[in-house]
Amino acid sequence: MKFFPLIWSNLLRKKLRTVLTLLSIFVAFVLFSYLSAIKQALSGGISLAGANRLVVRHKVSIIQLLPESYKARMERISGVSLVTHQTWFGGVYQDSKQFFMQNPVVPEEFLEMHPEIVLAPEQKAAWLRTRIGAIVGRKTADRFRWKIGDKIPILSAIWAKNDGTRTWEFEIVGIFDGRDKGTDTTPLFFRYDYFDEARRSGFGKGLVGWYTIRVTDPARAAEIAKLVDAEFENSSAETKTEPEGAFVQAWVKQIGDIAMITASILSAVFFTILLVTGNTISQSVRERTGELGVLKAIGFTNGQVLALVLLESCLLAVIGGALGLGFGKALTALGDPTGGLLPMFFFPNHDLIVGLGGCLALGLVTGFFPALQAMRLRVAEALRRI
Amino acid sequence: MNESGRNDGKSPLVEVDGVEKVFHRGAEEIHVLKDLHLQVPAGEFLALMGPSGSGKSTLLNLIGGLDRPTKGTVRVGGESVDTLSDRHLAAWRARHIGFVFQLYNLLPVLTAERNVELPLLLTHLSKAERNRHVQAALAVVGLTPRAKHFPRTLSGGEQQRVGIARGIVTDPTLLLCDEPTGDLDRKAGDEILDLLQALNREHGKTIIMVTHDPHASARASRTVYLNKGQLSAEPVK
Repeated sequence: MKFFPLIWSNLLRKKLRTVLTLLSIFVAFVLFSYLSAIKQALSGGISLAGANRLVVRHKVSIIQLLPESYKARMERISGVSLVTHQTWFGGVYQDSKQFFMQNPVVPEEFLEMHPEIVLAPEQKAAWLRTRIGAIVGRKTADRFRWKIGDKIPILSAIWAKNDGTRTWEFEIVGIFDGRDKGTDTTPLFFRYDYFDEARRSGFGKGLVGWYTIRVTDPARAAEIAKLVDAEFENSSAETKTEPEGAFVQAWVKQIGDIAMITASILSAVFFTILLVTGNTISQSVRERTGELGVLKAIGFTNGQVLALVLLESCLLAVIGGALGLGFGKALTALGDPTGGLLPMFFFPNHDLIVGLGGCLALGLVTGFFPALQAMRLRVAEALRRI
Repeated sequence: MNESGRNDGKSPLVEVDGVEKVFHRGAEEIHVLKDLHLQVPAGEFLALMGPSGSGKSTLLNLIGGLDRPTKGTVRVGGESVDTLSDRHLAAWRARHIGFVFQLYNLLPVLTAERNVELPLLLTHLSKAERNRHVQAALAVVGLTPRAKHFPRTLSGGEQQRVGIARGIVTDPTLLLCDEPTGDLDRKAGDEILDLLQALNREHGKTIIMVTHDPHASARASRTVYLNKGQLSAEPVK
């Protein structure tokens, strides 16, 4: 601590250079925060996926539908305790930019399958007795200022009603919250019986998007997945069964390998920052060779000189990085920048800790060689360079 | 042995015995010091004179433990400086040696008092104790009112006073001054020499001062001359 004024003063030696270096570190860590939030938004569902849940979809692709009759056959498979289904509705509210997920579901089965969806009992009861009732997540309800009792029109790009129109009206009977921080609270769920009855015959009648099944023993999940797929082998709609996490991952991968894209961008940014900060520290050490010689002459050991330079580079990186992470946290706390496409957009705390570790690592790596150079400096030679 | 290096009567604080120093420039060997002997008793103010390149600063560096002799031994206060490890040598310097440099060598980013405090950072003194020592050292050199000033706002003479305060703040056994007036005008130089003389006479500091200025060496209690790596009592014509 007593060396802090010395380290701090050295950082203020060339204020403009220090500020510019701090700014570049700051920007790098803001970018880190933002990309982490995007990664979280796109892949967060994977980590929240239930270990005891499997998703059954059409073997060809997720957009191919499966017969509703598969449900009863799946329920008969040993180890399956619950089966429910969802179908992609693909609607928008008022404007094509106001998109969020809406799926028809069987309410009781659906809520039992997804305990992470927290709905008040009276709202659940209202949903069960209201045919056009829908429950919506807190985020979307807040976004459009919907309240219980509101009737909202949703225009579906896929599903037409019996009368040929594509605008479906729902009554908001419940607003749900997420049990976990990462639970998606943007979707709207409405009743499948209303959907199946009202959708125009000729397209998709009696078909559903995908099934979610709960297994009694997660250790048997792989075995049960095989049994499910075997059940529908050689049928007109063969299935592909996989853990919910893998299903979400495959969904996300439709827009690319997010983790790899994020890692590539961050690698490029941090490599540049490494060079910028490393150059600043090297230059700063080179400029005060004589001063380091003086410190050694008055009794500072090689180790102490090494530590001083390393602490200086760490301080620079930690200040710039912490400011960047703090700003990034505040920026991402403003919420989904796309207005609904990234419902789980937030900067997770574990990434914040990784970021802080990154600051320290940046400081150590950038300071290592200049510190080594300072440590190896011979006193008499350094004093001659003044 | 050079007779000029002897000083009988008092027990020597510094003993340089048969020291040689060879520098290498490519394949060439440069013999800067040759079989050099010197004894400096405690409490002496010794001036070390000689032309440029005669090895004055090299000898000072060897006595101060900044460099190691190629051959021979350097003992200060009975300690063989040349046999200490780098880490022990640094600790030994912090405890026993005060340096005063020609170009002051203050850290421009620190105020006068923080510059003076630097050697005390290596001790176990508390902040309050360090401050007390710093103020005492600044008072000795007459710079108390300038304690909060940065080096760039001080004159050359004042900067050298800060340098001296830094050199004496730990109350070292030996004060080594390398051309302390070399960068100052006559008036400021005289003030610095007055100060060094006072430190020697009133505070009993043992001082070895490298200089090429006869006016400065006249203030010392003894002067030895270094020429072509060897000491003599008289200047070489």
